[in-house]
Amino acid sequence: MTKPLTRRQMAWRAAEDIAEGHYVNLGIGLPTLVSDYVPASREVVFHSENGILGMGGAPKPGEEDPDLINAGKGLTTLRPGGAFFHHNDAFLMIRGGHLDLSIMGAYEVSERGDLANWATNSEKLAPGVGGAMDLAAGAKEVRVLMEHNSKDGAPRIRKACSLPLTGARCVTRVYTNLAVLDITRDGVVVREMIEGLDLVALQKLTEPKLVLANDWKRLTAPEL
Amino acid sequence: MINKLVENFAAALEGLQDGATLLCGGFGAVGEPHALIEAVIELGARDLTIVCNNAGSGLVGVAALLKAGRARKLICSYPRSSDPQVIDELYAAHKIEIELVPQGTMSERMRAAGAGLGGFFTRVGAETKLAEGKESREIDGQRYVFERPLPGDFALIKAHHADRWGNLVYRKSARNFNPVMAMAGKITVAQVSEIVELGALDPEVIATPGIFVDRVVVA
Repeated sequence: MTKPLTRRQMAWRAAEDIAEGHYVNLGIGLPTLVSDYVPASREVVFHSENGILGMGGAPKPGEEDPDLINAGKGLTTLRPGGAFFHHNDAFLMIRGGHLDLSIMGAYEVSERGDLANWATNSEKLAPGVGGAMDLAAGAKEVRVLMEHNSKDGAPRIRKACSLPLTGARCVTRVYTNLAVLDITRDGVVVREMIEGLDLVALQKLTEPKLVLANDWKRLTAPEL
Repeated sequence: MINKLVENFAAALEGLQDGATLLCGGFGAVGEPHALIEAVIELGARDLTIVCNNAGSGLVGVAALLKAGRARKLICSYPRSSDPQVIDELYAAHKIEIELVPQGTMSERMRAAGAGLGGFFTRVGAETKLAEGKESREIDGQRYVFERPLPGDFALIKAHHADRWGNLVYRKSARNFNPVMAMAGKITVAQVSEIVELGALDPEVIATPGIFVDRVVVA
């Protein structure tokens, strides 16, 4: 039976690939959940664009500090060893290639790794770019965490993005609720797929041609 | 004796004229100098260009300034932050011009202004809509976009503690854009929660040295 990963399970899967010692920026929305699934025994330094390294999780009741927020403007905490700095340094770290990994949400990713995650075609709401273009251009590696298809079923992994780009040729790996895919010179490579799905079925939900890795695995996650 | 402390908001904002460019500190509401911005509304300056990461939250601070119809243009990276009711209304009614700038580019453009640089080339935004119309160049095989400095007639910032020389320290993530805006303002006004004696701030932790600060007001 085909059972797509929940949002929390997707975040768990992305967290599995974060290595000890990595400096990591998590985008707002779904990627924020990733930090919940990095075990305390694995030291990872989370960066926040508003001037924090060593960001922890949400504060316990009574420990909230209104001056300590994350990129999504939610209250957060600082781990021992953490540091504060101003915006220029926060973005110098991003642009200068000092961050090992950026995990962002997306509307679309193209087969050559183009990322679209800042503008829809809405005329009513003002678009916002925030730090997304800085991260796309500057992080050593950019990975995307998103649902495999949009609400109306359209593929979000596409031959070319239909929405305005955040960055060109920057995404290397995509975690969806159905699969883990690598963007490579040889095309979009399926590393993992959920139980009950085969390449033909996954291909129908994906626009560019998929290549199945020789050592592909079943994508499984614990109940969360 | 150097004394940058001013008694009231009218003195803090003296010389602010219609049509000015105002750099307003803060990331969301954190580090945003609400009292100074409220004073701008009271004093009546209009036709302003506001540089601020977000378009304000709820009905206070930058959001209140926009709602009062005082801004002609907003330069920002992410207008719709928490509770974006004011910007949503203005945008839908075509009552404000927005220049959208990637967040790090916005910060670096202000640093360039404060550092006496004529701009810089960055990879951020290359091959995207936000680079359209901008000069671009290939450097070591990569595409870069030219970005111009972004100075302000006034920088309105918020800090935690100050001394009478204008040395500033901040609290946690409330530092954000405030130090770089202090560098880029022709006149920089800091709203602080407390004034301490000269010499009381640890010189090792002063984040904004007083040379960047013209006036300090307690709020």
